[in-house]
Amino acid sequence: MNEIFGFSALDLSRFQFATTSIFHYFFVPFTVGFAFLIAVLQTLAYRSGSARMENLTRFFGHLFFINFAVGVVTGIVQEFQFGMNWQGFSNFVGNIFGVPLALEVLMAFFLESTFLGIWWFGKGRIPAWASLACIWIVSIGTMISAFWIIIANAWMQHPVGFEIKDGRAVMTDFSAIVFNPKGLEWSAHILTGSLTVGAFFVLAVSAYHLRRRHEVESFRTSFKVALVVALVGSLGVTLSGHEQGQSAVRDQPMKYAAFSALWDTPTGNQMPESLLALPSNGLRENRLEVSVPYLGSFLAFNNFNQKAQGLNELQREYAAKYGPGDYIPWVWPVYWSFRVMVGLGGVMLLVSLYYVWRWRRGKLDDPGRLYPLLLAMPLAPHLANFSGFIATEMGRQPWIVQGLLRTQDAVSNLSPLTVLLSLVAFWIVYLTLISLDVFLLTRTARAGIHEPDVETPSVPSPEYLPEGQLTGGRS
Amino acid sequence: MNIDLPTLWFGVVALTFTIYFFLEGFDFGVGLLQPFLARRETERRAMIGTVGPFWAANEVWIILAAGVIFAAFPVWYGALMTALYPLFALILLALIGRGVAFEYRAEIDHRRWRLFWDVTSFICNALPAFLWGVIMTNMVRGLPIGVGGRFQGTPLDAFDLFSLLGGLATLSLFVLHGATFLLLRLETGSELYARARAAALSFGAAATVLVLLFVYVGFVREELFKSFGYAEWIFPALAALNLGLIWLALTVKRDALAFVATGLTIVASTATIFLSLLPNVLPSTLGETYTLTVQNSASEPYTLRLLTWVGVIFLPLIIGYQAWNYYVFRQRVTESGAKPSGSVLPDTEA
Repeated sequence: MNEIFGFSALDLSRFQFATTSIFHYFFVPFTVGFAFLIAVLQTLAYRSGSARMENLTRFFGHLFFINFAVGVVTGIVQEFQFGMNWQGFSNFVGNIFGVPLALEVLMAFFLESTFLGIWWFGKGRIPAWASLACIWIVSIGTMISAFWIIIANAWMQHPVGFEIKDGRAVMTDFSAIVFNPKGLEWSAHILTGSLTVGAFFVLAVSAYHLRRRHEVESFRTSFKVALVVALVGSLGVTLSGHEQGQSAVRDQPMKYAAFSALWDTPTGNQMPESLLALPSNGLRENRLEVSVPYLGSFLAFNNFNQKAQGLNELQREYAAKYGPGDYIPWVWPVYWSFRVMVGLGGVMLLVSLYYVWRWRRGKLDDPGRLYPLLLAMPLAPHLANFSGFIATEMGRQPWIVQGLLRTQDAVSNLSPLTVLLSLVAFWIVYLTLISLDVFLLTRTARAGIHEPDVETPSVPSPEYLPEGQLTGGRS
Repeated sequence: MNIDLPTLWFGVVALTFTIYFFLEGFDFGVGLLQPFLARRETERRAMIGTVGPFWAANEVWIILAAGVIFAAFPVWYGALMTALYPLFALILLALIGRGVAFEYRAEIDHRRWRLFWDVTSFICNALPAFLWGVIMTNMVRGLPIGVGGRFQGTPLDAFDLFSLLGGLATLSLFVLHGATFLLLRLETGSELYARARAAALSFGAAATVLVLLFVYVGFVREELFKSFGYAEWIFPALAALNLGLIWLALTVKRDALAFVATGLTIVASTATIFLSLLPNVLPSTLGETYTLTVQNSASEPYTLRLLTWVGVIFLPLIIGYQAWNYYVFRQRVTESGAKPSGSVLPDTEA
């Protein structure tokens, strides 16, 4: 049996990988950005020695913990799937791709999980400076983790530092892989993007409590910190995104053409950019298109008189180079998710600027007329990440490793039924997880800061016997 | 003895699995014992508190084990995980469930909420504790894999009486290990402590029977573990001796010794499995030519040298700060400390 309900093991494995990655990707950037904000808040608390700031840090720490749990457990799935569903891929690239993954575990996962535990449970058991060090280690750990996974992914998009030996990719130059220009641009893009995820969440929670005049002084501080991070993050993500678009023209022209739904190479000496299009893979053209002359050239090359190759021309080139086949990705989801990502980036930048303007006018405590929008804003960076993920990963198809390995050659030899069962199980578990996470985050965020003795019950933290009062002789 | 890079990295794989089973073994065990030992909510909290600060970092060892196999033995990685796909999928789902149960259980102070997580936690501790035994048994015995490590069997091939026995052996060993861990972590005067001691004795007996049965079937009936030559009995014999030692230590109330001995049983059993595999990593039941060996499934020397440098730098560091973690939380957990917190939702059925 090669198909079930019309789906092959390849289709189902792809769908499973997309599902588990996208779910995981809701939590990772949040963890990265949020840990950084908490570390900043705790630094302020440490320097001021204020109990108020300490409580504020604990409050956001609790929210972080709720989210972190899901991030960790969904991450384990990501690693195992390469072996389970993508045996061809594992065999082909393990020599190279496995290394950043192993480095991620050695340099980041152990750090994060060990020091987060000490930070959370160790309150009152370790000195204040050690607690501060722990949260910074967690924050740096999340960034190291993101870095290595981006380096691994960047290699798939732009393979460097390798040779092909006995039909497998073999590493020849590790430093080329670490300093893959693609990976470095991407790290900047994803780290600044992650900052916006954490920042808009903290902004929304702070605005909610400011509006209710609850712990105004505390939430004013967190609002300011988050606003600065949101502004820096939105600016950074926009600039690094622009940079990345330009490198895509060079390294992955097919993907770039799909971002722009550019079917035919422009005939003039410049390239327009389409604002609105209905691309059709079947017709190999857009059913409808509104475009601005010169804009495409400017976005791709920073000048007004250059042009990139269109999808149809690239298809002919690839077929000549790699053999017969369809090398054009599914254009409409790529095109539209790219636009959603860019649009949301713009919205984030505008909202940050608006609140900076209010701050300058001394209206910080009043979230103003954009309050409902501000409460919805935590969704924006998540959706932008989601769209960016779709655009960049679907834009790479049919390649799993650009120019070297096709997705269809990477899949494991599994029965579709096996994959379908695991897919359904993952969907059920992940939907439950995301509902629980959102429910608990909302509930805890709304409850606000409590006095320590009426604190909401949080992670299991039974008290430990004070020093010198050990019962039991041998411990 | 001349150890080449692939063999060295096979050793690292064995070491990470050993550390993983040693560390996560006791938190699986604590999770499995919780419904049987804890009667009151404060007791449940105290039990969770014994592993609370540790379980997440313990779990990272399996992520490392998988990462090391992927980087150092990519062909082994793909072949093993594809062949035992349903087992790994279940383990992953269970690891998700228990991780979240640990963290979310205390978020809402409501009886049914906690009950839901207690049930989830029990199932999700039981599944991997059992399935790791099934996986290890299959790994030693071999799987129907063909050219390029491609699996030729069906998902049901992983299950027979021998592999189920392997699963029960790991399950009972982990429960025993959890029980001796509790003896080190709980207040010695408490009722909970007394129950943990009783459980350790009865599970000690069960584990002894199951492990010895597994050893008997493995050695005598299945004729595995042949590659040891003259010393083939050493590791299983050590494991058996240790089981006796545990019983002795428990009887004379030497808790630390009992814990060390349960740990040693796990270490010796894992070492037996990996040493008996050498020079293979995954034997093929379809024929010698398809068997994956340490040499034919390893990465290129460049990759392995790189990994060696990274390992030399980071492994001692990790072991160092994990030790500090255990040092920070070295005190025993008191039940009185685990007082119920203020109710947020009405505790309707309490």
